[in-house]
Amino acid sequence: MPELGRAALVVTLGLSVYALVAGAAAARLGRRRLAYSAQNALVAAFFSTLVAAGVLLAALLRNDFSFTYVARTTSEALPTAYTISAFWGGQEGSLLLWLLMLTGFGAVAVRLNRSWARSLVVWVVPVFAAVGVFFSFLLVAVASPFATQAAPPDGAGMTPSLQNPYMLAHPPLLYVGYVGLTVPFAFAIGALLSGQLDERWLVATRRFTLFAWTALGIGQLLGAHWAYVEVGWGGYYAWDPVENAALMPWLAATAFLHSVMIQERRGMLRIWNVLLVILAFSLSLFGTFLTRSGVVNSIHSFTQSSIGPWFLAFIAVVVAFSLAVVFWRLPLLRSPTKLESPISREAAFLYNNLLLLALCLTILWGVVYPLLSEAVRGEAVVLGRSYYDFFLRIFGLPLLLLMGIGPLIAWRRASLRSLATTFRWPTAFALATGVVLLVLGAGSSVPGLVAYTFSAFVAATIVLEFARGTRARKALGAASWPRAFSSLVARNRRRYGGYVVHAAIVLLAIGIAGSSAFDSVAEAKLARGESMEVGDYTLVYRSLDEQQVANATEVRATLGVTRGDRDLGTLEAGKNAYTIEQQVSNEVGIRSDRLTGEDLFVITEQIDPDGTIYFRVFVKPLVNLIWVAGLVFLLGSVITLWPDAREQRRLVSRASEVGVPATR
Amino acid sequence: MTAALVLAAVLAVACVLAVALPFLREPEPDSDSLDDLDEGERRRLELLEARDRALAALKELEFDHRTGTISDEDYRSQLGPLRREAAGTLQAIEQDGSRREPVSSGEGRPERGRT
Repeated sequence: MPELGRAALVVTLGLSVYALVAGAAAARLGRRRLAYSAQNALVAAFFSTLVAAGVLLAALLRNDFSFTYVARTTSEALPTAYTISAFWGGQEGSLLLWLLMLTGFGAVAVRLNRSWARSLVVWVVPVFAAVGVFFSFLLVAVASPFATQAAPPDGAGMTPSLQNPYMLAHPPLLYVGYVGLTVPFAFAIGALLSGQLDERWLVATRRFTLFAWTALGIGQLLGAHWAYVEVGWGGYYAWDPVENAALMPWLAATAFLHSVMIQERRGMLRIWNVLLVILAFSLSLFGTFLTRSGVVNSIHSFTQSSIGPWFLAFIAVVVAFSLAVVFWRLPLLRSPTKLESPISREAAFLYNNLLLLALCLTILWGVVYPLLSEAVRGEAVVLGRSYYDFFLRIFGLPLLLLMGIGPLIAWRRASLRSLATTFRWPTAFALATGVVLLVLGAGSSVPGLVAYTFSAFVAATIVLEFARGTRARKALGAASWPRAFSSLVARNRRRYGGYVVHAAIVLLAIGIAGSSAFDSVAEAKLARGESMEVGDYTLVYRSLDEQQVANATEVRATLGVTRGDRDLGTLEAGKNAYTIEQQVSNEVGIRSDRLTGEDLFVITEQIDPDGTIYFRVFVKPLVNLIWVAGLVFLLGSVITLWPDAREQRRLVSRASEVGVPATR
Repeated sequence: MTAALVLAAVLAVACVLAVALPFLREPEPDSDSLDDLDEGERRRLELLEARDRALAALKELEFDHRTGTISDEDYRSQLGPLRREAAGTLQAIEQDGSRREPVSSGEGRPERGRT
């Protein structure tokens, strides 16, 4: 039923145009029924997009190759799970997912806030609708997922590297992150347009921003793990432009989540915060543009397509319009309070923001430089790994240190004597850790050693904060230590959830430093029965087997692994030859040591017809802490996102005191 | 093809009905104007936000001092200004309240006439 899909998208476009025009008119002229009508249009747009999405999903599941999109992205032999993931595996489907999430987020955000922040929501609806108009127009006029053709006997199949369970979650999570950042953007622009720059837009969007930021963070970690186990080059992050495209809005959103606390606490940084929201949303659009336009060469991006100029034009309009509105509202955005001291919590947060922004813009420059150099000089000059690694150390290491300093400094101003007292134990612990690591030989990588020392410092501050807080709760009358601990977290979920997220970043830093600064690598061409050594490990190439599965021929080498005198069993690594797609993928072998977090990582670079194999083997210390960090990050985010009844009551009470209905 | 077109038409009609619903429900309302917060209400909202900020800061300062995160010296230097700030906002709210018609706590203004 491609006609139904096309019609549903036309309906979505019509509803979005209506919500934009009627919503803007209602807000400007103060028309109540028109404002409600525009809000209903936004909600209805979600349902019409859902119908279009249902049509595409049904076509994918039925292998209806009369849909050009289905024929291009799937095949009869493709397992059902990957057939579903083809929804977001191609350009048109992923744009449809963008629109579905956008209208979904819009409908939910408007529904949740239309009572208590009603005068603000009236201005938010046309902003959501404007973004909806762009995406629905693209899907109707430029990149329709419902184009049809004479059905071929089979489809072209899916790129082998995308046939991985991670592809079921990684792209949708990134999209939740990208699209979710529309919510703070729409509310910020709505607040600017209406001149209602009180805290309501921050309160209304806090959980949406956190949710989007969490999804973007987890999505990136899943993507890193996918690259690690599937792409088969021995790493998890290659500073690929499309990887960077997801990292940049995450960094901008991280900066916002920190600086917004200063606005909530001190009423400062109002201009900075709206600029960060605009930056985060613009970067999420830019990320979608990079992935979908084919403007950069990447394993993630698709071939050259016609949507690139549309995206660039839309990003330019968004940035120009947003900055114009900020400029217009500058008098309302000026803060009555000033930074009192360079040694204070708000100053530490500000330094954190500047470093995050510097890192974000450095990465942005690395992404756009090849495009600009190609446009100006006719030759794309790619900034390599050393460029990114250099700036990651320059900005990332101080950021890591600040993560430990910020939470322990007083608001407004802190005396140097207090700082010395506050930080003596974390500093002593960090220095002791650094010295021990130096003695153990970690001095072979200075950045690695510094990262470990700073991580120890931050970890000590986090432990200290939890320990002191729990002790104080116990002294205040908690019945037991576990009760005191749970009461501590429950009474300030944002603060202590934030510490858990910081702990995740510490684990991430240790994992990255360990696996990149202290790894070992060895290469060898082995015949059956021959062996090689890497680090403490000895690997013996024992056998080579081949088997046919539904969509590929799998070739696997079996290696015996020993460490010293200890037999660690066997490891399999090889290649898959995909029949329909006519492509070959590396299937790496990984042996994880759960106790130390170390991986033995085997790649079969080349398999000769006589069974001789060219192996590349890595030993990656502590790499598994990166994935553990993902779980801890999720835990911290959930704690922070969990509804806080006290805060809810405070907001309700505040709303009722000005006569706004006391419900959310 | 025909079924698809019928379904598309049903979808379009349903969406038109949803959009028209506010006008169908209230064809001739007493008032169709948006009832935004007026200047006084916005000012009061800002004062209430400032009050909550100051009280939250005081509460956090007390707790941080109790845990030992904030030293005695920093605690003493901040307690006074924060108390004055909180007292100032409470006073401003009181003055603002005495200038305005009282609004009963827990009740919103009439739903009708607002969006």
